[in-house]
Amino acid sequence: MSGYYHQEDLGRFADVGKNAPELWKRFAAWYEAVFAEGALSEREKSLIALAVAHAVQCPYCIDAYTQSCLEKGSNLEQMTEAVHVASAIRGGASLVHGLQMRNSAEKVSM
Amino acid sequence: MSLVSLHHPLSSSAEQLRVLDESARAHKPFARALADSGLFPLRATGIRVFQINVGKLCNQTCRHCHVDAGPDRPEIMTRETAELCMAALARTDIPAVDITGGAPELNPNFRWLVERSRELGRHVIDRCNLTVLLLPSQSGLAEFLARHEVEVICSLPYFLGEQTDAQRGAGVFERSIDALRLLNGLGYGRADSGLRLNLVYNPVGAFLPPAQHAVEADFKRELGRRYGIEFHSLYTITNMPISRFLEFLLRTGNYDRYMEKLANAYNPAAAAGVMCRYMLSIGWDGALYDCDFNQMLGLSISGGAHIRDFRPELLAERRIVTGEHCYGCTAGSGSSCGGTTA
Repeated sequence: MSGYYHQEDLGRFADVGKNAPELWKRFAAWYEAVFAEGALSEREKSLIALAVAHAVQCPYCIDAYTQSCLEKGSNLEQMTEAVHVASAIRGGASLVHGLQMRNSAEKVSM
Repeated sequence: MSLVSLHHPLSSSAEQLRVLDESARAHKPFARALADSGLFPLRATGIRVFQINVGKLCNQTCRHCHVDAGPDRPEIMTRETAELCMAALARTDIPAVDITGGAPELNPNFRWLVERSRELGRHVIDRCNLTVLLLPSQSGLAEFLARHEVEVICSLPYFLGEQTDAQRGAGVFERSIDALRLLNGLGYGRADSGLRLNLVYNPVGAFLPPAQHAVEADFKRELGRRYGIEFHSLYTITNMPISRFLEFLLRTGNYDRYMEKLANAYNPAAAAGVMCRYMLSIGWDGALYDCDFNQMLGLSISGGAHIRDFRPELLAERRIVTGEHCYGCTAGSGSSCGGTTA
């Protein structure tokens, strides 16, 4: 095995349902409903998914939602901004914990 | 340069068909997909569009071109063949004449074909690359189209320059915007105008097109906001895995995945509405085909025929010649010269 992630595995996602078909069926139906056009357009949902894919750093999701964003008509400017949004939240989430650090330091300091 | 000028193996339709047939081992053969949806053998349902491909000559060399057109392609329809086309058309009541290329306007017989078709009372469509309208050799072309109330269907793969130029060549976007402004100035594309101006979106890469209504709204908003341009409808067309786009897919390692994507997205409703069922495609040399894609692959109409042997009653019910490339027209919402089919 050359590594943990293989591009072709993305096409085999449904294999995960083999030992829990009912759970897979429910997940698949829910997933499809989530990405259907609603209050948000399919294009907006794909951009959110792309941003989240970067936040959770899932290579399968990044691959899938890069394609999906292009297929929904987004361009690289919009997709790059979405990645920056995810990165800003990740960076901000780390930085805001600086307050925990400050609180801890203040508690033990004179 | 065209694949032909580069002496590329894929300039041969036989080589393209070999590659496409080989991929059928990895997915369900197209004929079986048709059979499973009760559509095999696919048959024509009449002829409502008389599509004339007047040749491969073009002022652009787009990277996805299924015709392998370009300034280096000399094959264009002669006046004699154009006259045979009009004589055949006159024997029918086919309502629409769709003139394509290459850049069809570069054929010296283009304006005659338009005039003659209009005299016969037919609706005429010009598949225009936009930049041709600005060539010094084509002065007065836009006004000519307007005067004859020709519907103009223009290629514009995206509302930004980066994507458009990546597919169609450096500087094409800027000139396309100038050409659209010229057309708008003549009344084309205005909401209350009878001068129809429609745009065509092609994906700039190995992916499927967006939902037509969604991307049309994006184009209307962005072209209006950025450039003050108006148009009527936007048609999304799937890139067909033949000719230059096939070369791109193979060279970039995207071929297998793209074909899998097309095959997995097969939609019986899109297949039922494919354009080959209601159109006849005529090559620059007068040979007849089911569609422009079959024409480029050298897949002649069942029985093989030439416009001089035009038999509309037989052609209207003919069996359509299909192959693995046909997945390009049946994926997702479908794809045709008039956009989605399902």
